[in-house]
Amino acid sequence: MTDNHSLVVTTDALTKRYGDRTAVDHVSMTVRRGEVYGFLGPNGAGKTTTLRMLLGLVRPSSGTATVATDRVGALIEGPGFHPYLSGRDNLRVLARARGLAGTEVARALERVDLSNRADDRYKGYSLGMKQRLGVAAALMGDPELIVLDEPTNGLDPAGMADMRELVVDLARGGQTVLLSSHLLAEVQEICDRVGVIHDGRLLRESTVAELRGGTSLRVRATPEPEALAVAMRLAGDDAVRRTATGLALDLPADAAPHLARELVAAGIDIHELTTVERTLEEVFFEMTSTHHEEHVS
Amino acid sequence: MSTTTVPASTATTRATRAELLRLRKWPAVWITVGSWLALSLMFGYLFNYLSYRSGDSSFSNEGATKATLLAEMLPASVPDVLVQGMPMFGGALMMVLGAIVAGNGYGWGTWKTVFSQGVDRSATVLGSLVALTAYVVGILAVTLALDLGISLLIAVTESQDVVLPSLSAVLEALGAGFLVLEMWAVVGYALGTVARGPALSVGLGLVWALVIENLLRGVGQLLSWIDALTTVLPGTAAGSLIGSIVGVGGEDPTPGVLDTVSGTRGAITVACYIVVAAAVSVVVVRRRDVG
Repeated sequence: MTDNHSLVVTTDALTKRYGDRTAVDHVSMTVRRGEVYGFLGPNGAGKTTTLRMLLGLVRPSSGTATVATDRVGALIEGPGFHPYLSGRDNLRVLARARGLAGTEVARALERVDLSNRADDRYKGYSLGMKQRLGVAAALMGDPELIVLDEPTNGLDPAGMADMRELVVDLARGGQTVLLSSHLLAEVQEICDRVGVIHDGRLLRESTVAELRGGTSLRVRATPEPEALAVAMRLAGDDAVRRTATGLALDLPADAAPHLARELVAAGIDIHELTTVERTLEEVFFEMTSTHHEEHVS
Repeated sequence: MSTTTVPASTATTRATRAELLRLRKWPAVWITVGSWLALSLMFGYLFNYLSYRSGDSSFSNEGATKATLLAEMLPASVPDVLVQGMPMFGGALMMVLGAIVAGNGYGWGTWKTVFSQGVDRSATVLGSLVALTAYVVGILAVTLALDLGISLLIAVTESQDVVLPSLSAVLEALGAGFLVLEMWAVVGYALGTVARGPALSVGLGLVWALVIENLLRGVGQLLSWIDALTTVLPGTAAGSLIGSIVGVGGEDPTPGVLDTVSGTRGAITVACYIVVAAAVSVVVVRRRDVG
């Protein structure tokens, strides 16, 4: 059980309606202190609206959103800065508004590797530089909670790798990161826990490992009907599926030797037997498509 | 999310400092301020001086004699020159200034950036309005200094005795000028806030100030209830306040300068608009969803 003092973000049945459309539907999520929390969902799922409610930008229609710290840095739905000011001056304006020391500006620029272009006008920045300036703004003032909404948008592969490294660094430094993204490989790599949102509803909240659900086995053997019968006997009828490349069994990796022995004992030729680990992307698509089908039916 | 727990006065001071920095570095602000100064000097001195030197009676001096023209350009007339353009182009330019200060932040997403960092919305708006007010005061001070300098130069050039305006006349003109410019600036700010952008707010504001109010005053001559309504309109109040200082004489008075209501009532009405427009801005920003 999670101690309430370890929770930085708590929402309870958080809901936002725009007219007849429900953008966020009774979302109850928790973000623990010091973790990197991935908030996953396709475009339009309700991620940004939920984050806006957390930050007080948007009022909930019902439910509550509690952020247990006032030291929050955020980049929400792309950076928003004055085009006529330099990157440095944009941060100076924000630092003044928040009562931060001027040294915070240089430190944040250094952190996102933008110091050498800090005195250029913002309107001349590339999309990636604008994004990095947005992250720099979120990092000023040593925030306890950092909310990053699609921070790798517009970044090239090197920039995305830098951003991943930065998020990991922040977590190592004890800061809590709430990261919204639809780049699942990125989330799988750096997040401790994830929440999956679809059509405004939080479908699941768990660790990445729990969500991926461990491993499964894939076997290609002939004759296949006999192989299927053996597999079903070992794993159960519901745990075996026929796929284009053979049979998929919901069994852990250490069940592979036993399966192989049983197949050989039954006179079946094994052409391939592999351990398969589901990616977050596969799980995500499975969850969201199932939810969509249920919703439609 | 809870906002940072600092006293409201501290938060407002921080917001003011932030706004002063961004306004100081914003070319659009200086273009607007420069336009006011240029127009003010052009209609206050340049055209009159050219007319005086050439001996022509033209549109700009409305057939005034050379002696009258010269008297209007000497230091003693500085209070009148300072405020005479305010009901017309001065107010319009300050409305543009207020509308861009509030409105552009929605298009650029800068208000979203500020509010997502946990700062207090009311303090932010109040700080922004204080910074805008500081610019209005600065504009008045610079205009007064330029008017005094140019009128002294003209007096010396034309070998006239230097008679400075009384302190009370200067203070009265500064007070009235401040109220009028501040009203239009804050009304522009409120319009920019409500419209979430400068374009619509500037367009509607200018059409109202320069066209609709004049049309209503015309219709008011036919319908008494509209005539009563026009006495509480912002343009009428501002024009009457300025009219109480410079006077509304001649067949072709200065555009926008009126004597519809007394100067005192005009000042009170203008002050009410300042308070109401500022309150509307704060309330709207506090309550609205920021995307």
